[in-house]
Amino acid sequence: MIQIKGSTRRRLLGFFILLPTLISLGIFVYGFIGWTVRVSFSNWNSFSKLMKGEYIFVGLRNYFRLFEDPRFQTDLWNTLFFTLFFILGCLSLGILLAVLLDKGLKGSRIFQNLFLFPMAISFVVTGTVWSWIFAPGILPKFPQGMNLLYKLLGLESLQWSWYTSTVSIFHFNLALIPVIIAAIWQLSGYTMAMYLAGLRGIDQALIEAAKVDGATSRQIFWRIKFPILRPITLSAMIILGHISLKIFDLVYSMTGSGPNNVTDVPAIYMFETTFRANKYATGSAIAIVMLVMVAVVIVPYLVSSMKREVSK
Amino acid sequence: MKKVLVILVVLLLSYAAFASNQLEIFSWWTGGGEEEGLLALYDVFHKYYPDVEIINATVAGGAGTNAKAVLKTRMLGGNPPDSFQVHGGMELIDTYVVTGMMEPITGLLEQWGIKDKFPADILRICSYNGEIYSIPVNVHRGNVVFYNKAILEEVGIKELPATWPEFIEALKKIKAAGYVPLALGDKNKWTATHLFEDILLSTLGAYNYNGLWNGRTSFDHQGVKEALEIFKELMNYINENHASLTWQDATLLVFEGKAAFNVMGDWAEGYLKTLGWTPGKEFGWMTVPGTKGSFMVVTDTFGLPKNAPHRENAIKWLKIISSVEGQDTFNPIKGSIPARIDADKSLYDDYLTWSMNDFATNALCPSIIHGSAAPEGFATALNDTINMYITTKDVKKALREITYAAEDYLE
Amino acid sequence: MSRVSKLFTYILLIIFTLFFLIPIYVLISTSFKPLQEVSLEKMWFLPLKASFQGFVKAFQKLSPNLKNSFILVIPATIISALVGSINGYVLSKIKFRGSNLLFTLILFGMFIPYQSVLFPVIRFLQSINLYGSIWGLVILHIIYGLPITTLIFRNYYAEVPTELIEAAHIDGAGIFKVYWKVLFPISLPGFVVVIIWQFTNIWNEFLFAVTVTSDPTKQPITVALVNLAGSKVVEWNVQMAGALLAALPTLLVYVLLGKYFLRGLLAGSVKG
Repeated sequence: MIQIKGSTRRRLLGFFILLPTLISLGIFVYGFIGWTVRVSFSNWNSFSKLMKGEYIFVGLRNYFRLFEDPRFQTDLWNTLFFTLFFILGCLSLGILLAVLLDKGLKGSRIFQNLFLFPMAISFVVTGTVWSWIFAPGILPKFPQGMNLLYKLLGLESLQWSWYTSTVSIFHFNLALIPVIIAAIWQLSGYTMAMYLAGLRGIDQALIEAAKVDGATSRQIFWRIKFPILRPITLSAMIILGHISLKIFDLVYSMTGSGPNNVTDVPAIYMFETTFRANKYATGSAIAIVMLVMVAVVIVPYLVSSMKREVSK
Repeated sequence: MKKVLVILVVLLLSYAAFASNQLEIFSWWTGGGEEEGLLALYDVFHKYYPDVEIINATVAGGAGTNAKAVLKTRMLGGNPPDSFQVHGGMELIDTYVVTGMMEPITGLLEQWGIKDKFPADILRICSYNGEIYSIPVNVHRGNVVFYNKAILEEVGIKELPATWPEFIEALKKIKAAGYVPLALGDKNKWTATHLFEDILLSTLGAYNYNGLWNGRTSFDHQGVKEALEIFKELMNYINENHASLTWQDATLLVFEGKAAFNVMGDWAEGYLKTLGWTPGKEFGWMTVPGTKGSFMVVTDTFGLPKNAPHRENAIKWLKIISSVEGQDTFNPIKGSIPARIDADKSLYDDYLTWSMNDFATNALCPSIIHGSAAPEGFATALNDTINMYITTKDVKKALREITYAAEDYLE
Repeated sequence: MSRVSKLFTYILLIIFTLFFLIPIYVLISTSFKPLQEVSLEKMWFLPLKASFQGFVKAFQKLSPNLKNSFILVIPATIISALVGSINGYVLSKIKFRGSNLLFTLILFGMFIPYQSVLFPVIRFLQSINLYGSIWGLVILHIIYGLPITTLIFRNYYAEVPTELIEAAHIDGAGIFKVYWKVLFPISLPGFVVVIIWQFTNIWNEFLFAVTVTSDPTKQPITVALVNLAGSKVVEWNVQMAGALLAALPTLLVYVLLGKYFLRGLLAGSVKG
């Protein structure tokens, strides 16, 4: 009998422990994506064609049509700007709140829990509430939501059409602003928690030493704390980025596609194309484009962190 | 933990064991009068078949959109409910009949001797290749304008506008008086398309409108362009916040005395009633200008899927919903009219009686956006086109897109 | 800290608190209004007369679905957490050739849009006869939860000194024994993060829930909540009360486990 070395046996066993995970993800992630890719290359653009199941390969036709489609073009711009401002907003609000809470004032715990609170509520619900808050009402006589609040506070000049606005500045539809605010509200608590955890993890001795050397608190933040928070920022960006690229529930319940698709996103278009218009192939193509967008963000990150691990 | 699991498994198994004499009815009637009506219909069913257990499978949201998505996946996977709600017409035919998933029920209607109790036009909407595939349980009218009587009186509109020029004249007066002339709530898009299809019916007339769906009328017809022009003109008189409102919110504007007119299907009548108004007293109604003599049909129907797990019970269900008793139980509660012409008119309010009279005599026209006239792909494309058109106001582009959609989806 | 800066901090915190409370205020005050009082014009006002009508009705309608959600969330969370934790152990401490690649492949599953697998998922569940049942959903959430749970535990265990493990191995302890005796007892913060994350996500998930279950007696609470609204009249007080009821369990998890949450985040998932 061959004596297998303890460590080798351990490795083998380790692999077997992973096997169920690998197999199930192999099917549910990679296999199913493959299925969707296959559909996206087909002519299954009606229920009856899907039912017949006769596979006719049309190559990239569904994709070409999609990129010529003005609605989809709008969606891509919307996704870009939404992601950009959403991430920026969550990061800056998150870090600001974390710094404020890290001062260890009385009542910090209460504030901290409060800022985390929105994460616990489903998007479907918060979407509805936000759609009320930013409903413009009929101006000037019958304002609603924020516009009404402005009126009560005597700030009529700030009244605006919010998510029904069709104004856009270089492809950035201003109607997205309320949606971005809602999304920031929901998830900045999460970035706050991550930053706070990072700040709390900093060795106090380091800071004390800096203080002894006469560093101002601003210097301490930028020279000591900020560099430590950088990897946190990166992973927060990854998490937020993939949430925003596939965002659906919140926008769907808050504004829908909006006038002239000003608040439309690929996930809504995919849902409507697939389930309303029965265009399964085109719907699959949208899903795959979404996946590719996510992959463009994620894969370099995954690969680089893998390389870093290897070099360690 | 283990104990909990064991209990769960036992519960699950015992549930499965009961699954024998059941009837699963799938619909998107989950709230308000619709749900009440459906439950009342179940009561009628139980009166005749007390030992059948009904599974009330409902999926709400988006005027049935979620339900339709779920239904499609179920049909695709070969586990249909015993019977399901579907708009009569292409929504049923194009999706489930041509794919061979439904059983024809012409024979059942003949056997029960009720085939001539429905208007021939509505049965034609539910038919394919000469066979009937679903039974209409209710009818809503799409081409209705509801109005706030007080506002019209105040502005001094005595004669109801019957043509578009007259209507626009009235809208002008109302706007000058500081009210919203025409309430629209197109957050969910379809309401704008609903308005458009009514205009289309007026510019084409019933004969040509119905001809769009069998190739008799071409989409190059002048009426299509005219409809777009009128639609554009009307957009000058709507509430600016239309994109933040649902259809209920828009109807509410009429109720709150902020808006004068609202073009909506007559479920708005039911809504105004739940808000506390009496038809004819605080609010009035008329057909959409230029559509007198035509009846835009929105109808919910039920059919018989092949491989229904409890086929016998499903047939019993169809029998109940097609009976006068079934229809007269459901419709007064739901706020719609029965599809049968021999129903008891005394059960219905003034508005509904008006609608029943028209239904029996008018030319019936299938609605596009409510699933009857065209395949869902066309309706979705039209929805998108109209949604963009409201902002861009580009007639040429909209016309081109409509023509493309017609080429893509209509044979 | 000086008094002024303290004051300044509080002022800032209170301003942000207001921002965070706006929607919550609307949610709560609407849920206590009787139906006649609910309107967009009056959304900023408190109920004239507090009414529990909304809560009573919401509870009557939602309580069976509340149960379904627990049946769904508890096993899915626990199983995915346990599998993720042992995966994390293997991937952080028993490295073999290609284990980093495997980890990357596993991790990618966390980011996919569910839309891109929706159809095959449904057909798969249909083929194994679990379509339409809570158990089908449980399986989905376990599998699609594995990447994140594995990630969190892998990063969490990476902080545990490898010498500790090696020493145990030299003493002759096998993989499972090391896991059970050495790692598991110190895993609480890791589990807290995973449980909070999985519990909230599964509890609030809508897309799979609505497409996989159509029988209302089997639907989880998110779907039932949407079903509260009919296609005609939406009773917003009931809707908002229902939303609050539906959020209670997740809030409870936050409150009960919140103390460990930051600690867990620190030790685990925040690592880049």
